[in-house]
Amino acid sequence: MIFGTTPSQTVGPFFAIGLPWESGSLAVADGTPGAIRISGTVYDGRGEPVPDHLLETWQADPSGRFADMHGYGGASELPGFSGFARCGAEEGDGTFEIVTVKPGPVPGPSGTMQAPHIDVSVFARGMLNRCVTRIYFADEPEANAADPVLSTVPEERRGTLLAQPADGGYRFDIHLQGPDETVFFAV
Amino acid sequence: MTTDTPTSYARERDGAHPPLNYEPYKSTALRHPKQPLIYLPQTVTEITGPQLGALRTLGEFADDLTRQHDGEPIGERIVVSGHVYDTEGKPLAGTLVEVWQANAAGRYLHRWDRWPAPLDPNFSGAGRCVTDAEGRYSFTTIQPGPYPWGNHYNAWRPAHIHFSLLGRAFAQRLITQMYFPGDPFFEFDPIFNSVRDAKARERMISRFSIEDTVPSWAAAYHFDIYLRGPGATPFEEAH
Repeated sequence: MIFGTTPSQTVGPFFAIGLPWESGSLAVADGTPGAIRISGTVYDGRGEPVPDHLLETWQADPSGRFADMHGYGGASELPGFSGFARCGAEEGDGTFEIVTVKPGPVPGPSGTMQAPHIDVSVFARGMLNRCVTRIYFADEPEANAADPVLSTVPEERRGTLLAQPADGGYRFDIHLQGPDETVFFAV
Repeated sequence: MTTDTPTSYARERDGAHPPLNYEPYKSTALRHPKQPLIYLPQTVTEITGPQLGALRTLGEFADDLTRQHDGEPIGERIVVSGHVYDTEGKPLAGTLVEVWQANAAGRYLHRWDRWPAPLDPNFSGAGRCVTDAEGRYSFTTIQPGPYPWGNHYNAWRPAHIHFSLLGRAFAQRLITQMYFPGDPFFEFDPIFNSVRDAKARERMISRFSIEDTVPSWAAAYHFDIYLRGPGATPFEEAH
């Protein structure tokens, strides 16, 4: 490594003046057939909602292609698909909701296939760096059982990565700390 | 297949970034995971990433925070520019740079910022631009003021501008703060000092540039940003 990376600093409490935008929580075009809502709450170590969190997601489309493949294969052909969502209200209540489509399986290490998943970055005041987690889907038990990443997570903690079907969409709560602490990853 | 971006990113050594649990910055106490992070192999999900440039820079004066209103904001006009590189020194072209900051009095245009300093009707404090072919970005803005906060008795943040970088890949995502040279508040600020390595702290401090200073118009500060560079192997094996 020739240069050191620029260090991370907290997003602070006032990011809403610069980062969120009106349709930022849409990873697909409004009205896309099969669109789903994934919602949840980010909790701190006391079980209190974190009102000043910023959440970002990145994912493939149902055919397993990303909006920008950087030349690693064909990009998504789903009209209006960005695969990226950003949530963070000026006066947040700790909840988030993204609108997206369920991703398809994508390749993993050593010829494996990964179960449908969404990468998530969580930022907040009080967080000096982002925390990265993944949303998997509880209604994909077979694909999840074969997933090369989930299999490295202690079994008793895997449930923290599963979005549960709820109200026609999915629910995925994030616990930064505590007995239900979400699994976070080193990328 | 042809690729124009790395197939993996170098893992960063401990201490490259601040610890998530840093006692002097009190808000970290309830907001850091206590379980160890789990190694994530870098797959196609991590080596790709959103390219939001065109979407997010729509609108005139996105890169000139002094011209987003009818009148001119109060304060010292400055130009902040630099490059976005990876750690091998390769420029990142076409990548989105988003900034936000307090006004000259140290007040943010945010409903939760309640400290008694004036808002400026001519300053919103947010900007965006996309790097050019050489990885260069540039903003015209107002020198932000320092401001007090509640972390400890007589706590003040050094003047800073928040920077958000998407890079080319999910693995490169970075949010940081740019500081100004010689700030007297450095030694008292737990957020700045959460970066434990002095050399790494220096990488968050812009330098004054007489070369870029615009005569009879604006002082200039230079700030280069380094995002993670390529790793060694196309796809890492799970450990």
